[in-house]
Amino acid sequence: MYNTISELLSLAEARGVGMWEIVLENEIKLNEESAETVFEKLDQRYEVMLNSASRALERGLPAVGGLITGFASAQNRFAEAGGGITGPFINLVMARALSCGEVNASMGKICAFPTAGACGILPAVLITAGEKYSMDRRTILEAMLTASGLGAVITRNATVSGAEGGCQAECGAAAAMAAAAAVQMAGGSCRTAINAFCFALMNCMGLVCDPIAGLVQMPCALRNASQAVNALISADMALAGITSVIPADEVLEAMFHTGRSLPAALKETAMGGLAATPAGKKIQADIFGL
Amino acid sequence: MDISVFEVAGPVMIGPSSSHTAGAARLARIAARIAAEPFHHVSFGLHGSFARTYKGHGTDRALLAGALGMREDDERLADSFDIAAERGVGYDFHEMDLDGFHENSVEMVFALDSGKPFSVTGSSLGGGRIAVKRINGFNLDFTAHVPTLVIEQRDEKGVISEITGVLANHGINIGTMRVSRTAKGETACCVIELDAEVSEDIVARIKGLNHVITAIAVHPEA
Repeated sequence: MYNTISELLSLAEARGVGMWEIVLENEIKLNEESAETVFEKLDQRYEVMLNSASRALERGLPAVGGLITGFASAQNRFAEAGGGITGPFINLVMARALSCGEVNASMGKICAFPTAGACGILPAVLITAGEKYSMDRRTILEAMLTASGLGAVITRNATVSGAEGGCQAECGAAAAMAAAAAVQMAGGSCRTAINAFCFALMNCMGLVCDPIAGLVQMPCALRNASQAVNALISADMALAGITSVIPADEVLEAMFHTGRSLPAALKETAMGGLAATPAGKKIQADIFGL
Repeated sequence: MDISVFEVAGPVMIGPSSSHTAGAARLARIAARIAAEPFHHVSFGLHGSFARTYKGHGTDRALLAGALGMREDDERLADSFDIAAERGVGYDFHEMDLDGFHENSVEMVFALDSGKPFSVTGSSLGGGRIAVKRINGFNLDFTAHVPTLVIEQRDEKGVISEITGVLANHGINIGTMRVSRTAKGETACCVIELDAEVSEDIVARIKGLNHVITAIAVHPEA
Protein backbone atom coordinates (compact mmCIF):
# COMPACT_ATOMS: atom_id res chain seq x y z
CA MET A 1 0.00 0.00 0.00
CA TYR A 2 1.29 3.53 0.66
CA ASN A 3 3.15 5.46 3.30
CA THR A 4 4.14 8.47 1.21
CA ILE A 5 2.36 10.88 -1.12
CA SER A 6 4.28 9.62 -4.16
CA GLU A 7 3.21 6.04 -3.35
CA LEU A 8 -0.43 7.11 -3.02
CA LEU A 9 -0.23 9.02 -6.32
CA SER A 10 1.48 6.11 -8.12
CA LEU A 11 -1.17 3.65 -6.96
CA ALA A 12 -3.98 5.91 -8.15
CA GLU A 13 -2.33 6.62 -11.50
CA ALA A 14 -1.37 2.99 -12.14
CA ARG A 15 -4.96 1.92 -11.66
CA GLY A 16 -6.54 4.96 -13.26
CA VAL A 17 -8.66 5.76 -10.19
CA GLY A 18 -9.03 8.74 -7.87
CA MET A 19 -6.79 8.93 -4.80
CA TRP A 20 -9.92 8.70 -2.68
CA GLU A 21 -10.46 5.13 -3.91
CA ILE A 22 -7.00 4.05 -2.75
CA VAL A 23 -7.59 5.78 0.60
CA LEU A 24 -10.97 4.08 0.92
CA GLU A 25 -9.49 0.63 0.24
CA ASN A 26 -6.86 1.22 2.90
CA GLU A 27 -9.49 2.35 5.40
CA ILE A 28 -11.65 -0.71 4.73
CA LYS A 29 -8.66 -2.98 5.41
CA LEU A 30 -7.43 -1.03 8.42
CA ASN A 31 -10.71 -1.03 10.35
CA GLU A 32 -12.32 -4.10 8.78
CA GLU A 33 -15.29 -1.94 7.82
CA SER A 34 -17.45 -1.77 4.71
CA ALA A 35 -17.24 1.14 2.26
CA GLU A 36 -20.77 2.01 3.29
CA THR A 37 -19.74 2.35 6.95
CA VAL A 38 -16.77 4.54 6.03
CA PHE A 39 -19.05 6.88 4.05
CA GLU A 40 -21.60 6.93 6.89
CA LYS A 41 -18.90 8.00 9.34
CA LEU A 42 -17.65 10.65 6.90
CA ASP A 43 -21.20 11.88 6.50
CA GLN A 44 -21.66 12.25 10.27
CA ARG A 45 -18.53 14.35 10.45
CA TYR A 46 -19.59 16.40 7.44
CA GLU A 47 -22.87 17.19 9.21
CA VAL A 48 -20.89 18.56 12.18
CA MET A 49 -18.78 20.60 9.74
CA LEU A 50 -21.90 22.04 8.06
CA ASN A 51 -23.27 23.12 11.44
CA SER A 52 -20.06 24.70 12.70
CA ALA A 53 -19.54 26.53 9.38
CA SER A 54 -22.97 28.17 9.62
CA ARG A 55 -23.70 28.61 13.33
CA ALA A 56 -21.91 31.94 13.78
CA LEU A 57 -22.86 33.44 10.39
CA GLU A 58 -25.88 35.34 11.70
CA ARG A 59 -24.71 36.37 15.18
CA GLY A 60 -21.51 36.21 17.18
CA LEU A 61 -20.88 33.53 19.80
CA PRO A 62 -19.55 34.50 23.24
CA ALA A 63 -16.22 33.03 24.38
CA VAL A 64 -13.65 33.62 27.12
CA GLY A 65 -11.96 36.90 26.15
CA GLY A 66 -14.29 37.35 23.18
CA LEU A 67 -11.39 38.12 20.82
CA ILE A 68 -13.18 36.90 17.68
CA THR A 69 -16.86 37.16 18.61
CA GLY A 70 -18.81 38.57 15.67
CA PHE A 71 -16.09 38.09 13.05
CA ALA A 72 -17.99 35.46 11.06
CA SER A 73 -21.26 37.40 10.92
CA ALA A 74 -19.43 40.56 9.81
CA GLN A 75 -17.68 38.65 7.03
CA ASN A 76 -20.93 36.97 6.02
CA ARG A 77 -22.80 40.28 5.77
CA PHE A 78 -19.92 41.62 3.69
CA ALA A 79 -20.12 38.58 1.39
CA GLU A 80 -23.86 39.03 0.99
CA ALA A 81 -23.34 42.70 0.12
CA GLY A 82 -21.08 41.76 -2.78
CA GLY A 83 -17.85 40.87 -1.06
CA GLY A 84 -15.64 43.92 -1.68
CA ILE A 85 -12.40 43.27 -3.55
CA THR A 86 -12.39 39.46 -3.73
CA GLY A 87 -16.13 38.99 -4.25
CA PRO A 88 -18.88 36.92 -2.63
CA PHE A 89 -17.28 33.48 -3.14
CA ILE A 90 -13.99 34.14 -1.33
CA ASN A 91 -15.76 36.18 1.35
CA LEU A 92 -18.19 33.34 2.05
CA VAL A 93 -15.28 30.88 2.28
CA MET A 94 -13.69 33.14 4.90
CA ALA A 95 -16.99 33.66 6.76
CA ARG A 96 -17.46 29.89 7.04
CA ALA A 97 -13.90 29.33 8.28
CA LEU A 98 -14.39 32.13 10.84
CA SER A 99 -17.69 30.59 11.93
CA CYS A 100 -15.96 27.30 12.75
CA GLY A 101 -13.38 29.26 14.73
CA GLU A 102 -16.08 31.03 16.75
CA VAL A 103 -17.96 27.79 17.42
CA ASN A 104 -14.73 26.16 18.59
CA ALA A 105 -13.77 29.08 20.85
CA SER A 106 -17.25 29.20 22.40
CA MET A 107 -17.10 25.53 23.43
CA GLY A 108 -19.38 24.43 20.62
CA LYS A 109 -19.21 21.19 18.65
CA ILE A 110 -16.65 20.94 15.85
CA CYS A 111 -14.85 18.29 13.85
CA ALA A 112 -11.08 18.55 14.43
CA PHE A 113 -9.69 18.39 10.89
CA PRO A 114 -6.85 17.69 11.40
CA THR A 115 -6.92 19.64 14.69
CA ALA A 116 -9.45 21.74 16.61
CA GLY A 117 -7.40 24.89 16.01
CA ALA A 118 -7.56 24.32 12.23
CA CYS A 119 -11.16 23.09 12.18
CA GLY A 120 -12.47 25.78 9.78
CA ILE A 121 -10.41 25.18 6.65
CA LEU A 122 -11.76 21.89 5.30
CA PRO A 123 -15.42 22.83 5.98
CA ALA A 124 -15.04 26.24 4.31
CA VAL A 125 -13.43 24.76 1.19
CA LEU A 126 -15.52 21.59 0.85
CA ILE A 127 -18.88 23.25 1.48
CA THR A 128 -18.31 26.31 -0.68
CA ALA A 129 -16.69 24.44 -3.58
CA GLY A 130 -19.45 21.83 -3.33
CA GLU A 131 -22.03 24.61 -3.75
CA LYS A 132 -20.15 26.17 -6.64
CA TYR A 133 -20.21 22.89 -8.58
CA SER A 134 -23.69 21.86 -7.33
CA MET A 135 -22.21 18.60 -6.07
CA ASP A 136 -24.08 15.79 -4.37
CA ARG A 137 -23.05 14.76 -0.87
CA ARG A 138 -21.27 11.61 -1.98
CA THR A 139 -18.91 13.50 -4.34
CA ILE A 140 -18.02 15.94 -1.57
CA LEU A 141 -17.30 13.02 0.78
CA GLU A 142 -14.97 11.54 -1.86
CA ALA A 143 -12.99 14.80 -1.79
CA MET A 144 -13.02 14.60 2.01
CA LEU A 145 -11.49 11.11 1.75
CA THR A 146 -8.64 12.36 -0.43
CA ALA A 147 -8.00 15.21 2.02
CA SER A 148 -8.05 12.82 5.00
CA GLY A 149 -5.79 10.29 3.29
CA LEU A 150 -3.22 13.00 2.59
CA GLY A 151 -3.64 14.18 6.19
CA ALA A 152 -2.78 10.68 7.38
CA VAL A 153 0.50 10.85 5.42
CA ILE A 154 1.25 14.26 6.98
CA THR A 155 0.50 12.85 10.45
CA ARG A 156 2.70 9.82 9.83
CA ASN A 157 5.68 11.46 8.12
CA ALA A 158 5.60 14.96 9.62
CA THR A 159 3.23 16.43 12.22
CA VAL A 160 -0.11 18.22 12.50
CA SER A 161 0.62 19.55 15.99
CA GLY A 162 1.09 23.30 16.47
CA ALA A 163 3.16 22.59 19.57
CA GLU A 164 5.53 20.52 17.44
CA GLY A 165 5.48 22.27 14.06
CA GLY A 166 3.82 25.69 14.42
CA CYS A 167 0.75 26.91 12.54
CA GLN A 168 2.12 25.64 9.21
CA ALA A 169 1.63 22.12 10.63
CA GLU A 170 -1.98 22.74 11.66
CA CYS A 171 -3.58 25.32 9.36
CA GLY A 172 -0.92 24.73 6.69
CA ALA A 173 -1.57 20.98 6.67
CA ALA A 174 -5.31 21.62 6.50
CA ALA A 175 -4.76 24.02 3.57
CA ALA A 176 -2.68 21.43 1.70
CA MET A 177 -5.32 18.75 2.27
CA ALA A 178 -8.09 21.14 1.21
CA ALA A 179 -6.17 22.27 -1.88
CA ALA A 180 -5.95 18.68 -3.14
CA ALA A 181 -9.63 18.15 -2.38
CA ALA A 182 -10.54 21.35 -4.26
CA VAL A 183 -8.64 20.20 -7.37
CA GLN A 184 -10.47 16.88 -7.26
CA MET A 185 -13.79 18.72 -6.99
CA ALA A 186 -12.86 20.94 -9.93
CA GLY A 187 -12.19 17.84 -12.03
CA GLY A 188 -8.40 18.07 -12.02
CA SER A 189 -6.10 15.04 -12.13
CA CYS A 190 -4.47 13.37 -9.12
CA ARG A 191 -1.13 14.85 -10.13
CA THR A 192 -2.66 18.32 -10.30
CA ALA A 193 -4.15 17.79 -6.83
CA ILE A 194 -0.70 16.94 -5.47
CA ASN A 195 0.76 20.08 -7.06
CA ALA A 196 -1.90 22.11 -5.26
CA PHE A 197 -1.00 20.28 -2.04
CA CYS A 198 2.63 21.37 -2.51
CA PHE A 199 1.74 25.00 -3.26
CA ALA A 200 -0.44 25.36 -0.16
CA LEU A 201 2.41 24.16 2.08
CA MET A 202 4.95 26.32 0.23
CA ASN A 203 2.72 29.36 0.66
CA CYS A 204 2.78 29.14 4.44
CA MET A 205 6.14 27.46 5.12
CA GLY A 206 7.36 28.68 8.50
CA LEU A 207 4.05 30.07 9.71
CA VAL A 208 4.28 30.25 13.51
CA CYS A 209 1.74 29.38 16.19
CA ASP A 210 1.39 32.43 18.45
CA PRO A 211 -2.08 32.45 20.04
CA ILE A 212 -2.79 35.62 22.01
CA ALA A 213 -3.28 34.77 25.70
CA GLY A 214 -2.98 31.11 24.68
CA LEU A 215 -6.58 31.17 23.48
CA VAL A 216 -7.51 29.41 20.25
CA GLN A 217 -8.94 32.67 18.84
CA MET A 218 -6.46 35.23 17.52
CA PRO A 219 -4.81 34.90 15.12
CA CYS A 220 -6.14 31.31 14.79
CA ALA A 221 -9.49 32.38 13.32
CA LEU A 222 -7.78 34.62 10.75
CA ARG A 223 -5.37 31.83 9.86
CA ASN A 224 -8.32 29.52 9.24
CA ALA A 225 -9.84 32.08 6.88
CA SER A 226 -6.59 32.87 5.09
CA GLN A 227 -5.49 29.23 4.80
CA ALA A 228 -8.86 28.28 3.34
CA VAL A 229 -8.22 30.92 0.68
CA ASN A 230 -4.64 29.64 0.33
CA ALA A 231 -6.10 26.20 -0.45
CA LEU A 232 -8.30 27.62 -3.20
CA ILE A 233 -5.65 29.76 -4.90
CA SER A 234 -3.17 26.85 -4.66
CA ALA A 235 -5.77 24.69 -6.40
CA ASP A 236 -6.23 27.31 -9.10
CA MET A 237 -2.49 27.67 -9.68
CA ALA A 238 -2.20 23.91 -10.09
CA LEU A 239 -5.27 23.79 -12.34
CA ALA A 240 -3.68 26.53 -14.47
CA GLY A 241 -0.85 24.11 -15.17
CA ILE A 242 1.84 25.40 -12.82
CA THR A 243 3.84 22.48 -11.39
CA SER A 244 5.93 22.06 -8.26
CA VAL A 245 9.68 21.74 -8.77
CA ILE A 246 9.94 20.04 -5.37
CA PRO A 247 8.26 16.63 -4.95
CA ALA A 248 5.40 16.60 -2.45
CA ASP A 249 7.14 14.31 0.05
CA GLU A 250 10.14 16.64 0.08
CA VAL A 251 7.89 19.68 0.60
CA LEU A 252 6.34 17.85 3.52
CA GLU A 253 9.73 16.98 4.96
CA ALA A 254 10.77 20.62 4.59
CA MET A 255 7.67 21.67 6.53
CA PHE A 256 8.53 19.16 9.27
CA HIS A 257 12.16 20.29 9.55
CA THR A 258 11.15 23.94 9.46
CA GLY A 259 8.75 23.23 12.32
CA ARG A 260 11.49 21.49 14.27
CA SER A 261 13.79 24.50 13.75
CA LEU A 262 11.25 26.99 15.07
CA PRO A 263 11.97 28.13 18.62
CA ALA A 264 9.55 26.94 21.33
CA ALA A 265 8.30 30.52 21.78
CA LEU A 266 6.66 30.24 18.34
CA LYS A 267 5.01 26.87 18.87
CA GLU A 268 1.78 27.21 20.84
CA THR A 269 3.37 28.45 24.05
CA ALA A 270 1.91 31.96 23.77
CA MET A 271 5.41 33.33 24.45
CA GLY A 272 6.30 34.70 21.01
CA GLY A 273 4.91 36.39 17.93
CA LEU A 274 1.63 38.25 18.44
CA ALA A 275 1.22 36.76 21.92
CA ALA A 276 4.43 38.49 23.05
CA THR A 277 3.48 41.98 21.83
CA PRO A 278 2.66 44.59 24.49
CA ALA A 279 -0.98 44.58 23.37
CA GLY A 280 -1.06 40.77 23.35
CA LYS A 281 0.37 40.59 26.84
CA LYS A 282 -2.11 43.18 28.07
CA ILE A 283 -5.00 41.09 26.70
CA GLN A 284 -3.60 38.07 28.54
CA ALA A 285 -3.31 40.08 31.77
CA ASP A 286 -6.85 41.43 31.39
CA ILE A 287 -8.33 37.96 30.91
CA PHE A 288 -6.30 35.92 33.36
CA GLY A 289 -5.16 38.64 35.76
CA LEU A 290 -1.55 37.50 35.52
CA MET B 1 -0.96 3.35 5.93
CA ASP B 2 -1.79 2.50 9.52
CA ILE B 3 -3.45 5.83 10.36
CA SER B 4 -7.21 5.94 9.92
CA VAL B 5 -8.82 8.81 8.01
CA PHE B 6 -10.96 9.30 11.10
CA GLU B 7 -7.91 10.19 13.15
CA VAL B 8 -7.48 13.04 10.65
CA ALA B 9 -11.16 13.94 10.10
CA GLY B 10 -11.95 13.93 13.79
CA PRO B 11 -12.55 13.65 16.60
CA VAL B 12 -15.90 15.37 16.71
CA MET B 13 -15.57 17.30 19.93
CA ILE B 14 -16.46 20.35 21.95
CA GLY B 15 -13.82 23.06 21.45
CA PRO B 16 -11.53 24.75 21.79
CA SER B 17 -8.68 22.28 22.37
CA SER B 18 -8.34 18.54 21.78
CA SER B 19 -5.84 18.24 24.63
CA HIS B 20 -7.21 20.82 27.09
CA THR B 21 -10.94 20.27 26.49
CA ALA B 22 -11.72 16.95 24.75
CA GLY B 23 -8.93 14.98 26.44
CA ALA B 24 -9.79 16.50 29.82
CA ALA B 25 -13.45 15.46 29.51
CA ARG B 26 -12.47 11.97 28.45
CA LEU B 27 -9.99 11.54 31.28
CA ALA B 28 -12.49 12.56 33.95
CA ARG B 29 -15.21 10.39 32.40
CA ILE B 30 -12.94 7.34 32.50
CA ALA B 31 -12.03 8.17 36.12
CA ALA B 32 -15.69 8.35 37.14
CA ARG B 33 -16.33 5.12 35.26
CA ILE B 34 -13.58 3.39 37.27
CA ALA B 35 -15.00 4.83 40.50
CA ALA B 36 -18.29 3.15 39.51
CA GLU B 37 -20.05 4.61 42.55
CA PRO B 38 -22.09 7.75 43.21
CA PHE B 39 -20.09 10.70 44.53
CA HIS B 40 -21.03 14.09 45.98
CA HIS B 41 -17.83 16.04 45.44
CA VAL B 42 -14.84 15.94 43.15
CA SER B 43 -11.64 17.87 43.62
CA PHE B 44 -9.35 18.57 40.65
CA GLY B 45 -5.64 19.24 41.19
CA LEU B 46 -4.29 20.82 38.00
CA HIS B 47 -0.66 20.47 36.99
CA GLY B 48 1.53 22.20 34.39
CA SER B 49 -0.20 23.65 31.36
CA PHE B 50 -3.56 22.55 32.78
CA ALA B 51 -2.91 24.74 35.82
CA ARG B 52 -1.78 27.75 33.77
CA THR B 53 -4.36 27.79 30.98
CA TYR B 54 -7.42 25.89 32.20
CA LYS B 55 -9.73 28.90 32.28
CA GLY B 56 -9.07 29.88 28.68
CA HIS B 57 -9.64 26.38 27.33
CA GLY B 58 -12.62 25.41 29.46
CA THR B 59 -10.55 22.60 30.98
CA ASP B 60 -12.43 23.07 34.27
CA ARG B 61 -15.87 22.71 32.64
CA ALA B 62 -14.64 19.78 30.56
CA LEU B 63 -13.22 17.91 33.56
CA LEU B 64 -16.39 18.37 35.58
CA ALA B 65 -18.56 17.39 32.60
CA GLY B 66 -16.52 14.22 32.16
CA ALA B 67 -16.83 13.37 35.85
CA LEU B 68 -20.61 13.77 35.44
CA GLY B 69 -20.49 11.20 32.62
CA MET B 70 -20.65 13.52 29.62
CA ARG B 71 -18.75 12.61 26.48
CA GLU B 72 -16.28 14.96 24.81
CA ASP B 73 -18.78 15.70 22.00
CA ASP B 74 -21.68 16.45 24.36
CA GLU B 75 -22.93 20.00 23.77
CA ARG B 76 -23.96 20.32 27.44
CA LEU B 77 -20.26 20.26 28.32
CA ALA B 78 -20.04 24.06 28.56
CA ASP B 79 -22.92 24.04 31.10
CA SER B 80 -21.35 21.49 33.44
CA PHE B 81 -21.17 23.90 36.41
CA ASP B 82 -24.98 24.33 36.29
CA ILE B 83 -25.57 20.62 35.73
CA ALA B 84 -23.39 19.73 38.73
CA ALA B 85 -25.37 22.17 40.88
CA GLU B 86 -28.65 20.60 39.72
CA ARG B 87 -27.36 17.15 40.63
CA GLY B 88 -26.01 18.34 43.96
CA VAL B 89 -22.41 17.50 43.09
CA GLY B 90 -19.76 19.80 44.53
CA TYR B 91 -16.39 20.52 42.94
CA ASP B 92 -13.23 22.54 43.33
CA PHE B 93 -10.14 23.28 41.26
CA HIS B 94 -6.68 24.00 42.59
CA GLU B 95 -3.16 24.09 41.23
CA MET B 96 -0.73 21.39 42.27
CA ASP B 97 2.70 20.11 41.34
CA LEU B 98 2.66 16.55 40.04
CA ASP B 99 6.40 16.18 39.69
CA GLY B 100 7.46 14.23 36.60
CA PHE B 101 3.99 14.13 35.08
CA HIS B 102 3.04 15.27 31.56
CA GLU B 103 2.27 19.02 31.20
CA ASN B 104 -1.46 18.34 30.91
CA SER B 105 -2.12 16.30 34.04
CA VAL B 106 -4.74 16.29 36.77
CA GLU B 107 -5.33 14.53 40.06
CA MET B 108 -9.03 13.82 40.64
CA VAL B 109 -10.16 13.05 44.19
CA PHE B 110 -13.74 11.79 44.40
CA ALA B 111 -15.76 11.95 47.62
CA LEU B 112 -17.80 8.78 47.18
CA ASP B 113 -21.15 8.47 48.93
CA SER B 114 -19.89 5.21 50.45
CA GLY B 115 -17.06 7.12 52.14
CA LYS B 116 -14.40 5.00 50.42
CA PRO B 117 -11.37 7.02 49.31
CA PHE B 118 -10.94 7.19 45.54
CA SER B 119 -8.49 9.12 43.40
CA VAL B 120 -7.25 8.97 39.82
CA THR B 121 -4.32 10.83 38.28
CA GLY B 122 -3.97 11.03 34.52
CA SER B 123 -2.70 13.00 31.56
CA SER B 124 -4.13 14.37 28.33
CA LEU B 125 -1.57 13.57 25.66
CA GLY B 126 -2.95 15.55 22.69
CA GLY B 127 -5.51 14.87 19.98
CA GLY B 128 -7.95 13.68 22.65
CA ARG B 129 -5.74 10.77 23.69
CA ILE B 130 -5.28 10.17 27.41
CA ALA B 131 -3.33 8.06 29.87
CA VAL B 132 -4.46 6.97 33.33
CA LYS B 133 -1.32 6.98 35.45
CA ARG B 134 -2.41 6.33 39.00
CA ILE B 135 -5.45 4.93 40.80
CA ASN B 136 -5.64 5.11 44.61
CA GLY B 137 -1.87 5.36 44.82
CA PHE B 138 -1.21 2.42 42.48
CA ASN B 139 1.09 3.48 39.63
CA LEU B 140 -0.30 2.31 36.30
CA ASP B 141 -0.29 3.39 32.69
CA PHE B 142 -3.15 2.73 30.34
CA THR B 143 -5.02 4.66 27.69
CA ALA B 144 -8.56 3.23 27.87
CA HIS B 145 -8.59 3.35 24.06
CA VAL B 146 -9.09 -0.43 24.05
CA PRO B 147 -11.35 -2.47 26.35
CA THR B 148 -9.65 -2.50 29.75
CA LEU B 149 -10.23 -4.37 32.99
CA VAL B 150 -9.23 -2.61 36.22
CA ILE B 151 -9.09 -5.04 39.13
CA GLU B 152 -8.16 -4.53 42.76
CA GLN B 153 -7.20 -7.68 44.58
CA ARG B 154 -5.37 -8.95 47.64
CA ASP B 155 -1.74 -9.66 46.84
CA GLU B 156 -2.03 -13.46 47.16
CA LYS B 157 -0.50 -16.28 45.14
CA GLY B 158 -2.65 -17.57 42.30
CA VAL B 159 -5.10 -14.66 42.03
CA ILE B 160 -3.73 -13.48 38.70
CA SER B 161 -3.87 -16.94 37.13
CA GLU B 162 -7.50 -17.30 38.26
CA ILE B 163 -8.36 -13.96 36.65
CA THR B 164 -6.64 -14.81 33.37
CA GLY B 165 -8.28 -18.25 33.55
CA VAL B 166 -11.74 -16.66 33.49
CA LEU B 167 -10.76 -14.60 30.44
CA ALA B 168 -9.26 -17.62 28.66
CA ASN B 169 -12.39 -19.68 29.34
CA HIS B 170 -14.44 -17.01 27.58
CA GLY B 171 -12.07 -16.81 24.61
CA ILE B 172 -10.85 -13.29 25.37
CA ASN B 173 -7.28 -12.51 24.41
CA ILE B 174 -5.11 -10.33 26.64
CA GLY B 175 -3.19 -7.51 24.92
CA THR B 176 -1.15 -6.21 27.85
CA MET B 177 -1.24 -6.67 31.58
CA ARG B 178 0.27 -4.76 34.46
CA VAL B 179 0.15 -5.39 38.19
CA SER B 180 1.02 -2.75 40.75
CA ARG B 181 1.07 -3.04 44.55
CA THR B 182 1.72 -0.75 47.44
CA ALA B 183 3.45 -3.38 49.59
CA LYS B 184 3.96 -7.13 49.40
CA GLY B 185 1.02 -9.10 50.72
CA GLU B 186 -1.34 -6.14 50.84
CA THR B 187 -3.65 -4.99 48.05
CA ALA B 188 -2.65 -4.87 44.42
CA CYS B 189 -4.11 -3.32 41.29
CA CYS B 190 -4.17 -5.15 38.00
CA VAL B 191 -4.88 -3.53 34.63
CA ILE B 192 -5.56 -5.80 31.68
CA GLU B 193 -5.97 -4.47 28.15
CA LEU B 194 -8.08 -6.78 26.03
CA ASP B 195 -8.67 -7.45 22.35
CA ALA B 196 -12.45 -7.56 22.82
CA GLU B 197 -15.07 -6.10 25.13
CA VAL B 198 -16.05 -8.13 28.18
CA SER B 199 -19.65 -8.69 29.24
CA GLU B 200 -20.92 -7.75 32.70
CA ASP B 201 -21.30 -11.47 33.30
CA ILE B 202 -17.55 -12.04 32.92
CA VAL B 203 -16.81 -9.04 35.14
CA ALA B 204 -19.15 -10.54 37.77
CA ARG B 205 -17.29 -13.86 37.57
CA ILE B 206 -13.96 -12.11 38.17
CA LYS B 207 -15.47 -10.13 41.05
CA GLY B 208 -16.62 -13.41 42.56
CA LEU B 209 -13.09 -14.87 42.67
CA ASN B 210 -11.34 -15.34 45.99
CA HIS B 211 -9.21 -12.30 46.99
CA VAL B 212 -10.65 -10.04 44.26
CA ILE B 213 -11.95 -6.83 45.85
CA THR B 214 -13.37 -5.00 42.83
CA ALA B 215 -13.35 -5.40 39.05
CA ILE B 216 -14.43 -2.74 36.55
CA ALA B 217 -14.58 -2.98 32.77
CA VAL B 218 -13.83 0.25 30.91
CA HIS B 219 -14.90 0.22 27.28
CA PRO B 220 -13.64 2.98 24.98
CA GLU B 221 -17.05 4.09 23.71
CA ALA B 222 -18.95 3.49 26.97
